[in-house]
Amino acid sequence: MALLEVEELTVRLATARGPADAVRGVSFSLDRGQTLGLTGESGSGKSMTALAVIALLPEGARATGRVLLNGEDLLAASERRLCAVRGNRIGMIFQEPMTALDPLHSVVRQVAEPLRLHRGLSAGAARAEALRLLDRVRLADAHRSAAAYPHQLSGGQRQRVLIASALACGPDLLVADEPTTALDATTQSEILDLIAELVDEDGMALMLISHDLGVMAQNVTRTLVMYGGSIVESGPTEAVFSRLAHPYTRGLHAARPRLGVGRGKRLAAIPGTVPEIADLPPGCPFAGRCPLTIAACSAAIPPPLPVGPGHAARCIRLEAALTLPKAAD
Amino acid sequence: MFLATLIGASVVIFVVLEVLPGNAAQTMLGPDATPQTVAALAHKLGLDRPPVERYVSWIAGLAHGDFGLSYAYGTPIADLIENGLAVSLPLALLAMLLTTALALGLGILAAAHHRRLGDLGAMTLSQVGIAVPNFWLAILLILFFAVRLRWFAAGGFPGWDAGVGPALKALVLPAVALAAVQAAILTRVIRAAVLDVMREDFVRTARAKGLSRAAVLWRHVLRNALIPVVTIMGLQFANLVAGTVVVENVFYLPGLGRLVFQSIANRDGVVVRDAIMLLVVMVVAVNFLIDILYLVIDPRLRARR
Amino acid sequence: MSGLAGHSRPSVFRHPSLAVGAALTALFVLAAALSLVWAPHSPFDIDVPHKLAAPSAAHWLGTDAFGRDVASLLLVGAQNSLLVGVVAVAIGLIIGAALGLLAAAMGGFPEDLVMRLADFAFAFPAVLSAILLAALFGPSVLDAILAIGVFNVPVFARVTRAAARGVWTRDFILAARAAGSGTLRISLEHILPNILPGLTVQATIQFATAVLAEAALSYLGLGTQPPQPSWGRMLNDAQTLMFQAPQLAVYPGLAIALAVLGLNLLGDGLNDLLDPRLARTR
Repeated sequence: MALLEVEELTVRLATARGPADAVRGVSFSLDRGQTLGLTGESGSGKSMTALAVIALLPEGARATGRVLLNGEDLLAASERRLCAVRGNRIGMIFQEPMTALDPLHSVVRQVAEPLRLHRGLSAGAARAEALRLLDRVRLADAHRSAAAYPHQLSGGQRQRVLIASALACGPDLLVADEPTTALDATTQSEILDLIAELVDEDGMALMLISHDLGVMAQNVTRTLVMYGGSIVESGPTEAVFSRLAHPYTRGLHAARPRLGVGRGKRLAAIPGTVPEIADLPPGCPFAGRCPLTIAACSAAIPPPLPVGPGHAARCIRLEAALTLPKAAD
Repeated sequence: MFLATLIGASVVIFVVLEVLPGNAAQTMLGPDATPQTVAALAHKLGLDRPPVERYVSWIAGLAHGDFGLSYAYGTPIADLIENGLAVSLPLALLAMLLTTALALGLGILAAAHHRRLGDLGAMTLSQVGIAVPNFWLAILLILFFAVRLRWFAAGGFPGWDAGVGPALKALVLPAVALAAVQAAILTRVIRAAVLDVMREDFVRTARAKGLSRAAVLWRHVLRNALIPVVTIMGLQFANLVAGTVVVENVFYLPGLGRLVFQSIANRDGVVVRDAIMLLVVMVVAVNFLIDILYLVIDPRLRARR
Repeated sequence: MSGLAGHSRPSVFRHPSLAVGAALTALFVLAAALSLVWAPHSPFDIDVPHKLAAPSAAHWLGTDAFGRDVASLLLVGAQNSLLVGVVAVAIGLIIGAALGLLAAAMGGFPEDLVMRLADFAFAFPAVLSAILLAALFGPSVLDAILAIGVFNVPVFARVTRAAARGVWTRDFILAARAAGSGTLRISLEHILPNILPGLTVQATIQFATAVLAEAALSYLGLGTQPPQPSWGRMLNDAQTLMFQAPQLAVYPGLAIALAVLGLNLLGDGLNDLLDPRLARTR
């Protein structure tokens, strides 16, 4: 049994224009010690998927399908049970380290909070353990910074604090939603290296969400590409990046910012914009923006078609897609 | 800042009450007094000295607790004010306490039930509470709890010598009348502040740690929401003090407000001046305490000092 | 998008507080207007033999301690509240808006000065100012109007300055500047019209506060003087008769509460309707 099994997850949101699906029938599984990445543009449903896994969807959102953690369906679990799982079996890191910490509590207290809650540690013991964790995430001058308040720390340091608090109870699964997007480039790679190191040491599973294909390529063994709420391509990271089987993956790859290419010179940017979830076309969500669109694309959502071992793409024009030009590396 | 406010207020009070009307002694004695008696009183009160000198000696007196003698009663004003404070201060504190308790309860209820029945109920109640004048509510409370049910006296104050129980009992209805309006306003402020904070990222972080909704509310949201709430409470205290003047008159409580009132009727300008100055000092003092409270609540402000 | 006629309802129904507020306010204004030309009885007619009469066909709400018709007193009282409210808010609005516009236009020291003065004035609620004035000149309705008006000045100064500063940063102001318009001209021709919706909302709410303050001052004997009917004064009279005629303490209070509720709801509703993003201080 896999650690995490997501089956036919659908998340319906109440938008200003009526109910619409932000996640549409997403399935994947993740084992202990494995790393999995979710990528796609904003609005692709990757963050909603992450929030559904930790059962913290925004108000008014409704999830159907199954999210099994160690065989227990979190979508059917009571709120009480979920509180016992969150921060304990699943740790989560968010995008904005600047605002993700409570400005009125000291850093060490915020790291100690899940320890007191889930392990029932005394204030003193939780504090000692929190200090050890802050040391472990290499918070600069940990013993002095521990008493500091969030506003006294830099973004990178705050993200270290958030990582320490997410890992406090030794979770089975770490969900990191764009953990480095708000940080500068040097800090980004430091934080990603830290996450990789900690995940490796503790034998956790990692679910990493990022719009940045470079982050995917370097940090996860398996990549899911999402578009319009569906997984359009999934496979071993290396295979996904070498084949670029789905036209959307190919477009995303071509559109990524690279060194030496000026901002205005995005030769192969994807035409059009991500449609609002209420405006998604029937059939393949990428139809219309895709250069290979034919009438059949709009008939039904394409099934996942095998591309290689453990590698599949939802596209009925896979052969044609492989002939599309790749961006020169 | 607070010192500047106090000095400003004292100058305004002094100028308005002592300089503008010309002869305070005339005001005290009434239009029928002979010029001789007016001059004699003016001399006795030191009114023939230059205004700046009188202002300085007034402030110096206040600083030493020497408020002078009441013209109408012939007793030291300090005693009159002390007696008044013994009623007004507990009344204001009790009302503030009630206001905070009521508003916290209703405001949190409304925020927790955002856009549902509890919210609508609390907001309707608050809208009505804002519209009801405190003195009318006071009269209605007297009608119901004193005249009809006879649980409380219709007014008056037994004094603290009668024991803490009876004295506090006499302050209950006035405090409720004062607190209702303030609580109605504060409820809206608390609701808005709590809703604002609940949208913050750190609330989601706390939930991701496994804290329940209620735990997040108590441990993280409330403390953050307190910052704007405390600001409004400071502004409200000035209204509360003004409200005590009105409500003390409804319940015939011998507080500062009533003292000011009777002194106007008695043409006892010195008492009016000192008592109003003291009310202003109370308002400023509370706002000073609130500034200290900010530092306790918010570490970001501590750093800036 | 859904342009079907069946889907678009009149905006009043989407703003229930606006509808209720407008209705109550209209009732208040109509009562005041009606009292100018007609009332069931003269509110000055003293008829001691028929004092404290129960409601009847002749006296809908009964009579007070002097045999005066309570319904007529209430009607004429509305006129009094309305008048005091309008004048007091006008004083606050005109002086406050002028100061606020000035502060926003000049910035720097004048702005700081106006704002510090506004801070300072908040320590003086209307009731305290009125007591000071009453101590000075003896109680009168003019004192009350002046005190409430003065209390309103800093409120309007703050709102005006905050809103005006926002408008000053907009592009069309730059254009007007480039066209050679002076500060005063821009303030009056461009800034003022743009902040008018916000000021209207604030004026409605301050009106409610003024009605409450007038009632409180008249109740204390510091506002409207007898025999001019006033809701606050009526409550003062009723309090001495609480055991004999408790109903007399109910009507005037209800009138005040409904008028204030109506104005507040109208202000809230207008705020939602005119500009949901508009910052409102209260």
